[in-house]
Amino acid sequence: MRYSYGGDEHIFVEVDESMSLEAFFKALFITNAVRDKAIDGVTEICPANASFQIKFDPDRIAPEDMLAELKKLEAAAESAPSVIETRIIEMPVYYNDPWTHETLMRFRDRHQDPNATDLEYAARINGKASAQEFIDAHSGAPWFVSMVGFVAGLPFLYQMVDRPRQLEVPKYLRPRTDTPKLTVGYGGCFTAVYSVRGAGGYQMFGITPMPIYDPKSEHDYISDDTMCLFRPGDIVKFRAIDRATYDTTVAEVEAGRFTPKMAPVTFSLDEFNADIDAYNRKLEGVLNGK
Amino acid sequence: MASDMQGAIEVKAPGLATTVQDMGRPGYYHLGIPLSGAMDRLSLVAANLLVGNDAGAAGLEAVFMGPELTFHADTVVAVCGADLPPKVDGAAMPIWESFPVKAGQTLSFDYLRKGARAYIAVAGGIDVPVVLGSRSTYPLGGLGGHEGRVLRGGDRLKLGQGDGKAGRSLPEALRRGPTGDPVELRVLPGLYWHRLTEAAGKRFFADTWKVAPEADRIGYRFRGGQPLEYVPREQPFGAGSDPSNIVDACYPYGSIQVPGGTEPIVLHRDAVSGGGYMMVGTVISADMDLIGQLQPHTPVRFVETDMKGALDARHERASVIEKIRAHLA
Repeated sequence: MRYSYGGDEHIFVEVDESMSLEAFFKALFITNAVRDKAIDGVTEICPANASFQIKFDPDRIAPEDMLAELKKLEAAAESAPSVIETRIIEMPVYYNDPWTHETLMRFRDRHQDPNATDLEYAARINGKASAQEFIDAHSGAPWFVSMVGFVAGLPFLYQMVDRPRQLEVPKYLRPRTDTPKLTVGYGGCFTAVYSVRGAGGYQMFGITPMPIYDPKSEHDYISDDTMCLFRPGDIVKFRAIDRATYDTTVAEVEAGRFTPKMAPVTFSLDEFNADIDAYNRKLEGVLNGK
Repeated sequence: MASDMQGAIEVKAPGLATTVQDMGRPGYYHLGIPLSGAMDRLSLVAANLLVGNDAGAAGLEAVFMGPELTFHADTVVAVCGADLPPKVDGAAMPIWESFPVKAGQTLSFDYLRKGARAYIAVAGGIDVPVVLGSRSTYPLGGLGGHEGRVLRGGDRLKLGQGDGKAGRSLPEALRRGPTGDPVELRVLPGLYWHRLTEAAGKRFFADTWKVAPEADRIGYRFRGGQPLEYVPREQPFGAGSDPSNIVDACYPYGSIQVPGGTEPIVLHRDAVSGGGYMMVGTVISADMDLIGQLQPHTPVRFVETDMKGALDARHERASVIEKIRAHLA
């Protein structure tokens, strides 16, 4: 692992230059251990995809002491079992929806392939025969929330498949000035769900009717303690829905009757690696109460 | 002294982007909710102490242009930070000094003379709801402050109970702000510094940069220096194809990212919490307040320091706050 001070108040730790579930798990393990240890002077504990960051108050803990604490935990992480208690959440997605389509058409001049949609482009460069085949891959296997951030409540998700099956798409050549709220986007090897409307550089594939950030405390399924649905380590399964289901779900959300399908689950990285497809089927069974 | 605390302040004109801010909202950065709070914390502390508030009470942050506020209660006000001259019913008032405002009077401001952000503290503090532990406004997330947004004409703000005294002031020596031409911002190199070529690293510190018009609470952009070059490498899986890309990671407050190698951005109190651009280092905590007072086009140099330099500067800044407390005790 590579340690660096971020000024006098942060320590930044790169677990690996490349993205992998192993690197993510190590970051999650160490950040959980920092939280459990309740080290005086620690003010923010931020796991990320293949790295993590600790913010501390150097008036309460000297930078070199903070660094020493983290290095002690690195040794423990090497031998730790890669098992976490987490939850699996279903997110309905209306792929190829009219709103992201309207937006992507406005920004065609900033895209690698102005004559195709983002989905058609992503399908082509990932060797898929059609946009539908790409959607099937995107919604076929579950995803890990490997980081929450950029803006409030925005999850970065990494798909739980082996490296050859990872979908990879570049970001827009120049960022857009607009992205609809709740757009399901894609950049590098990550899906991101835009929690608020705003600028963005990820390819746009669809939209979810399910709010994930709740600053006005309008949705019962989002905790008032954080106002954000997702936390690092959550597992997400996308489910492709059509316009009618999208409209029905939006109406349910607005009436305060919507709760996403979710279930607690234990995840073991070793068991997952032993048989990825069988393990993912098991996770989906947990989600569907089987 | 209060006659109408419920709507004690009526916003007649909002200014450019006036927000309610305190010392911020720690503990939610891992969810993408930034610290927020006054960009120039020392100036808000000073204004609060001048009107008899706790150092961390909520005040107003006005950028470049002041608001116009009609008061419906007798109170005491202080304005610190930028030289944005206050007026009460048209009569000039000093900055870095508390003055009375009576029910029915209007506080307005002249044109900005120096700095960028003025902090307006009112005895008792601005009483908006505490959200996730703070009254600070985070406009991008629609969170905190007054209805999660910048102030608008017609807004009414409540005040807490206060007992400030007018006529208290701070001497010149305790009015901290950016000095020098160019302004020097001290930087601890690190994070992905090793990705820069040696020549690019030297130029980054040697060049004079200018604050770009894109400078706000999220971050300050700089331009005018030479483009940075990177040590060649095969981009790691998941990082993206541009040499300035990394696997998306968390961004420290004050960290300096250089998308595409051309224009450094220093993240500030409303930072985006993470993303896929490499960072070359971090502005030290003591100099973050100073960035909040930089106008567009201000010449700036980044000056290399080490951890000892960063901690010495941090203690020096803390000692100014101690002197302000002692002076007003």
